[in-house]
Amino acid sequence: MGKAPAPWGRRLCAVTGNRASGGYRLFSLLDRDGPEPRPGQFYMLATARRWQERGGRPFLPRAFSVADADPEGDGLRLDFLVEGIGPGTDRLCALEPGEEVWVNGPLGNSFSDPGRAAGAILVGGGIGVAPLALWRRRLAARNVPARVLLGFRDEAHSGGLDDLFSCCEVGLASDDGHVGHRGYVTDLLAAMLEGDDAASAAVYACGPPPMLDAVALLCGERGVACELAMESPMACGYGACFGCGVPKPGGEGYLRLCVDGPVVRLG
Amino acid sequence: MVELCGIELRHRVINASGTFDAIAARRVYGDALLENFPFAAFVSKTITLEPRAGNAPQRIWETPAGMINSIGLPNKGLEGFLAEDLPGLAELPVPLIVSVMATGHEDFKRMVAAVAEREEVAAVELNVSCPNVHSGLIVGEQPAETAALAAALRPLTAKPLIVKLTPNVADPAAVAVGAEEGGADAVSLINTLKASEGPVSGGLSGPAVRPVALAQVRAVAAAVSLPIVGMGGICNGADAHEMLAAGATLVAVGTESFRDPRAGERIAAELSARLSQGSLT
Repeated sequence: MGKAPAPWGRRLCAVTGNRASGGYRLFSLLDRDGPEPRPGQFYMLATARRWQERGGRPFLPRAFSVADADPEGDGLRLDFLVEGIGPGTDRLCALEPGEEVWVNGPLGNSFSDPGRAAGAILVGGGIGVAPLALWRRRLAARNVPARVLLGFRDEAHSGGLDDLFSCCEVGLASDDGHVGHRGYVTDLLAAMLEGDDAASAAVYACGPPPMLDAVALLCGERGVACELAMESPMACGYGACFGCGVPKPGGEGYLRLCVDGPVVRLG
Repeated sequence: MVELCGIELRHRVINASGTFDAIAARRVYGDALLENFPFAAFVSKTITLEPRAGNAPQRIWETPAGMINSIGLPNKGLEGFLAEDLPGLAELPVPLIVSVMATGHEDFKRMVAAVAEREEVAAVELNVSCPNVHSGLIVGEQPAETAALAAALRPLTAKPLIVKLTPNVADPAAVAVGAEEGGADAVSLINTLKASEGPVSGGLSGPAVRPVALAQVRAVAAAVSLPIVGMGGICNGADAHEMLAAGATLVAVGTESFRDPRAGERIAAELSARLSQGSLT
């Protein structure tokens, strides 16, 4: 996992797949020019066709954490998990193999090494499970043990579970109880941290803001190191627009999430 | 080679203030940025006398063919800019234009004097039109206020002073005349249009505003003899060409750089191809 910069500018990548995944879509791009992304990094994506062609929306590219990355053919296969919730994500959900996507990235920082922490705990919620999938694979490749806790709203919002986490044991929670614990994934985290030595644990989380708030609170109370992969509306992804300001944790002012994040370290 | 107020430029495309952070981009993309820098000059994000944190989120909102921003001019303040950012900006392969804003003549004078005396700085842009900050609105909405500010700053430097005009007035040409009477060397327009949708009230930019920009550049060009930096929704060489035809000497690219980081060099190449096919009318 080098730290090679992203290629300067945007480039076209071919779509090599797009399939349903638990209510979401999981699509793949073939990137022939970019460096291998680090877990937690993201890309700005916009389709080459039918993206502001006649004006209208979608207009800006959309930021997506990379869910998996593997050498394939003469490039790198990049997997992204998407839920159609607006004009940009709807368009990406409808991607067809063979069409092309403008890609800018990999951008942003990444999860940091747990070091000697024996207890890496990955906590994901909803579409936020994506960056944790790549992180878990990278940790597993280095024989770093990681426990995974995932929460989903309901069956229609459980994307990536079977496709991205099929190979490992996962603690599950769902709001409607269709799978695992009926309740929040943070209930599972609280129970897990009870039995843990705080000094040896490191928590990595990505999910909706209320989930991240709860994770931060749980870890803060117990003195557990914690990294949150956050989300914000973002126009450019490379520090140009200043649109992705989020309050600096425990400080004054704002972080630019695209260049100061998306992974924010607490404690 | 083209020139703006005596500053020699490789081509006619620069950036709109606040839409490209060359220091952040260099951290993201490395020195490849310098080897293929997208703009013929670099305009800094507006700096203020004191540091500003910027507005609370949500700061941006996508609209049909555009976006609304309410960023709030986050910046390190004059001292922080000179100490921390200017050395990095001086390494760019193009002339540097620094955008400044202040709430009164005395603060404006301090800023212009401190910035213009630096040899790294080729010109100063006066932000009198940012709709996110009340003080910016007042001067830029009034021809007499604009003339008075330009006249107050004119003696401080021989370097070009560029007045950035707001589009949120009934008669931008009258304000441009004020800038010319006050001794400004150039005007740039348009800034963002006042807009509100969803959770964000701020300034609208992107192709949605391009017809407004063209109309205002045309009106200003008819009223003053100053060179004009024309901007507002320019996405390609055809847009840039039309802006030059409306009376602009240079064009600036803003929102399109969010979609395509190298939009500036792409548009410059497309424009150059068009210009080589025939002269401007």
